Amino acid sequence: MQKTLFDKIWEKHVIVTKDDKDLLYIDLHLIHEVTSPQAFEGLRLKNRKLRRPDRTFATMDHNTPTIAAHRDVISDPLSAEQLKSLADNCAEFGVTLFDMESQYNGIVHMIGPELGLSLPGKTIVCGDSHTATHGALGALAFGIGTSEVEDVFATQCMWQTKPKNMGVKIVGKLSDNVFAKDIILKLIADNGVSFGTGYAIEYYGETIENMSIEERLSLCNMSIEGGAKFGMIKPDQKTLDYIEGRLYTPKGEDFEKFKESISDLYTDDESLFDKIITLDVTDLKPQVSYGTNPSMTVDIDQEFPEIKSPEDQTAYQYMGLKPGMKAADIPIDFVFIGSCTNGRINDLRIAAEVMQGKKIADNITCVIVPGSMQVLQQAEQEGLVDVFEEAGCEMRMPGCSYCLAMNEDRVAPETHCASTSNRNFEGRQGERSRTHLMSPYLAAKTAIEGRISLG
Amino acid sequence: MDKLDIVKSKATVIFKDNIDTDILIPKNYLKSTKRTGFADALFAPWRYDETGKPIEDFPLNQTANQGNQILIAGENFGCGSSREHAAWALQDFGFKVVIAGSYSPIFYMNYLNNLKLPLILGRAEREALIEQNSEITVNLIDKTVTAGNLCFSFAIENVYREKLLKGQDGIEEILEYIDLIEEHERKYAK
Repeated sequence: MQKTLFDKIWEKHVIVTKDDKDLLYIDLHLIHEVTSPQAFEGLRLKNRKLRRPDRTFATMDHNTPTIAAHRDVISDPLSAEQLKSLADNCAEFGVTLFDMESQYNGIVHMIGPELGLSLPGKTIVCGDSHTATHGALGALAFGIGTSEVEDVFATQCMWQTKPKNMGVKIVGKLSDNVFAKDIILKLIADNGVSFGTGYAIEYYGETIENMSIEERLSLCNMSIEGGAKFGMIKPDQKTLDYIEGRLYTPKGEDFEKFKESISDLYTDDESLFDKIITLDVTDLKPQVSYGTNPSMTVDIDQEFPEIKSPEDQTAYQYMGLKPGMKAADIPIDFVFIGSCTNGRINDLRIAAEVMQGKKIADNITCVIVPGSMQVLQQAEQEGLVDVFEEAGCEMRMPGCSYCLAMNEDRVAPETHCASTSNRNFEGRQGERSRTHLMSPYLAAKTAIEGRISLG
Repeated sequence: MDKLDIVKSKATVIFKDNIDTDILIPKNYLKSTKRTGFADALFAPWRYDETGKPIEDFPLNQTANQGNQILIAGENFGCGSSREHAAWALQDFGFKVVIAGSYSPIFYMNYLNNLKLPLILGRAEREALIEQNSEITVNLIDKTVTAGNLCFSFAIENVYREKLLKGQDGIEEILEYIDLIEEHERKYAK
């Protein structure tokens, strides 16, 4: 029987079906400090074991300071306690932890792919909504809540209702200044913040085939911003080249066997999708968000739209902007390049190429936060860190940082931030902060130009 | 945890679309390692002014709304971050039922997993309930919402309805299938 990529992986992991939900086996469970402590506590209260510590990996990312890579510098006692609690829990239950000092530490959605933990055909969960990131490698990956984290701890399984399948077909060749980030922002701008609710999205088409793995990771990352818990791309030669030789990727003969085991991972026919959305990116321009959810996004040279709802009214008021203005009119003071969306080495390469031999504008503070220690190390080796520092940017240690502003990294009230992160919600980057989502390319240009401009 | 079958209460109304979990509970409240104690954090960005004082006309602060167990909202409720703290904050504040047009899939499961009901009703039905402004009875046994002369039925996956009616512990329910899990592991996940 013909099946979609999603259905093939799903069905291989169903333990039992009960009415309208399936019990799914989870191959890889990634955890971090914010959404796991209550789940560990739950195990202790019921005197339960963590079933598969060998399939559970932990990192510290949401709360970690970016000024130095160790816990001693944390000023907030609650943050320090939460991080210590993760270390204690991992030690108690035998879970491998990439602590702040580890060379493998990083944002949870960076380290899975980097370490060869996230592989095609796997079911992957994490107590974080951006878990669909790992779907870019042909995995079935999704964000879960803490009760579900506890379910997976105790049983390596969880109940899920199978979503419908949506194909998002991307065609056309991208212009040099347009990236995966612009594609996902455009999809959400056109189709709204809940177009994917109830669906698993598979991105496909010539544009996806030509896209690097890093860009695919950025694309799948923001599926949840369109309402979809799952976003994925079929594995191809690029995927195999990407995963081969990584720390936890099977080696030698095992790798050959693994390749064979995933050779059927593709959608047999696009007619199998319950719904298809097509986007031609040939004329796509760089995208910029102006409001308080990711669908409030326009082309870089497009006027902000009229107010059509009370929500629009609130958004304009919060952002201190008006219909008819354009991205170039936004008084940007801050630029953030980083996050699980755009904190990868290719993102830093793109930004460094823009900044090479230039200085950031006087009105701009620009902070670069690599997604992981490995990215930082690579950026140092390639001389990207020198480029950023010579341009006047501040280079930090890895972490979620300004994307959710849970640590000390906060954008000041009413300050407009050009950000490569994934959410422009009210207060997301700090109380009353104003976020403008965009690609690393445009964020770097903005830092140099002092306003949102391609220069 | 308590089971949920019938909830009778007036409703608090925050009739906005896309209420995200950063609004339901902002990150500065996520540093706790406990599951409780989040009542004061619910809707904090909209509920308190810059000095931390409650904003009088915000629905959660209005005297008439105290003790309400039902919240009526717009579309795509609970979008954004997966933080279950949003469900815990609603629960701690006393909301056993949210009535919205649609939900983010992660929040939907989080609320159910705390044995609370994310109920879906169309816009016209919600508007009628808001207009009526009287005590609402949510009956999960026969899947109806009634208030005065209004009566609407709603849909919910049968397994989740059963879970709430029984007050089921999720892990116990999975462990019923431990033999099948072990068999899967022998085959595919050594």
